[in-house]
Amino acid sequence: MSKEAELAQIHAGFPSPAEDFMDVALDLNKELVRNPSSTFFARVKGDSMIDDGVNDGDMLIIDKGAEPVDGCLAVCFVDGEFTLKRYLNKGDYAILMPANKAYKPIRVDADNQFAVWGVVKYLVKKV
Amino acid sequence: MAFVGLCDCNNFFVSCERVFRPDLERKPVMVLSNNDGCVVARSNEVKALGIKMGVPLYQVRDLVKRHNIAVFSSNYQLYGDMSARVMNILRQSAPDIEVYSIDEAFLNLDEMPLDTLQPFARNLSARIRREVGIPVSIGISPTKTLAKIASKLCKKYPKLQGGCLMYRPQDVEKVLSTFPAGDVWGIGRRSNAKLLSMGIETALGYYNLPQAVVDRVFNLPGLRTWKELHGEPCIGFEDVPQDRQTVCISRSFAKEMTTLEELDAAVSTFTAKVAEKLRSGHLCAQQMSVFILTNRFREDAPQSYKIMNTLFDVATDDTLEMSERAALCLRQIFRPGYAYKKAGVMCTRLVPKRGVQASMLDTVDRSKRASLMDAIDAINKVEGNYTVRLASQGVMDQFSARTMTSRKFTTSWDEIMEVKV
Repeated sequence: MSKEAELAQIHAGFPSPAEDFMDVALDLNKELVRNPSSTFFARVKGDSMIDDGVNDGDMLIIDKGAEPVDGCLAVCFVDGEFTLKRYLNKGDYAILMPANKAYKPIRVDADNQFAVWGVVKYLVKKV
Repeated sequence: MAFVGLCDCNNFFVSCERVFRPDLERKPVMVLSNNDGCVVARSNEVKALGIKMGVPLYQVRDLVKRHNIAVFSSNYQLYGDMSARVMNILRQSAPDIEVYSIDEAFLNLDEMPLDTLQPFARNLSARIRREVGIPVSIGISPTKTLAKIASKLCKKYPKLQGGCLMYRPQDVEKVLSTFPAGDVWGIGRRSNAKLLSMGIETALGYYNLPQAVVDRVFNLPGLRTWKELHGEPCIGFEDVPQDRQTVCISRSFAKEMTTLEELDAAVSTFTAKVAEKLRSGHLCAQQMSVFILTNRFREDAPQSYKIMNTLFDVATDDTLEMSERAALCLRQIFRPGYAYKKAGVMCTRLVPKRGVQASMLDTVDRSKRASLMDAIDAINKVEGNYTVRLASQGVMDQFSARTMTSRKFTTSWDEIMEVKV
């Protein structure tokens, strides 16, 4: 039984005259989460991507199943840590580009423990 | 030929932890039971060290240190959510599924053409790995029992890439010739002991027994398993085997309990949880058992293991009725002077709610109670577990002590992943 149906059972009262005209309300979850099975949320910590508008405390909506394309904002796992960078695939190696002049690009190759964990689809910020 | 699939998540709890700790891939990892008492999930690396399922942690402390095994407390919120993700993908991919446990589901593949099954299994396996991060083994065969065996083959042979179609009799026989009889679904410890006494160790030995012998020695369930091994489906969809017809909640306590009051609160909480499970499965119980036991690993303390069974005249799913009865049972078995380490409530002889026989001597107003139970379940579902509870119930969490727990990455906003930028 759905939540709504259960609640309806408790508050069983006079039916609303608007019932026949009900549309489904907008649902941010449906808009932002294309595939619930592969979507994970994460919190941003740090400032290496501020020129791309990614600030400390922002929330990331990550699709773990998405194929990383060149230049995408990727959650990467590098040598024991998660990091967020622009991902550039160079074949034998990859470049992880920061968006802050104070940071240098990271080069990763077969010597690193490296994987693209997921691709960021949306950024949620509090204003 | 109609086919059925079994999708089994590999070392599920361990795999859930690894999704958020990729550094632990190919490293030894294990997960402990509630209360950190025993090992309940092991990575392949831990299995290779000879650590058995269910051993108490203290017995393997040296190995943990020596091999730098990563040890986690169970994080059921995380495992539950990851399980739901896997099941969702299965639901999208197969015409019909039957969730068998937190990490296993049967797939009804009746309408799929034979030549699509092998690629289907591999692709589905790859998709779940990519999207959720969990490695799975998908076996496809004409019967549920064979599908379980086929899925185990995937674990043994990585070349299969998580998908195995097994149906030709010559293939089945070859596989069964090295498969231990005791590992076949439906062959329990007692049947296996009987088989061993007959000199039969492999599933092929069982398969090769004449049907009449199986019928005589192992009765109906044994015959059903035998037929399933021969490719004749006997366990239908949603046709749950009898041994699953119980609902049980039990916990080890962080601190041993010595008073009736403490145990009352625990047993009442477990009863409420059991009743809620019955109601969510649209089942009623005809029999309930309450059990309490002392710590069997403490040789210095007096030991007691007591169980009390009780029958209901009218099968029930009513928290109030069941709690009253559970309290009476507890009073029959509780003795002062013992330190109780674990308690539990189990319901058996389950019947579908619709089929409950009314009794003329019934003293409970069932329809009134049913609407009260619906209301309690609805409020607890919306407002969080145990918002509404009996005064005698304690709070579930106080009964277990957890350390080394990973975060509730997917079910609590305060605990989502952190990404260093």
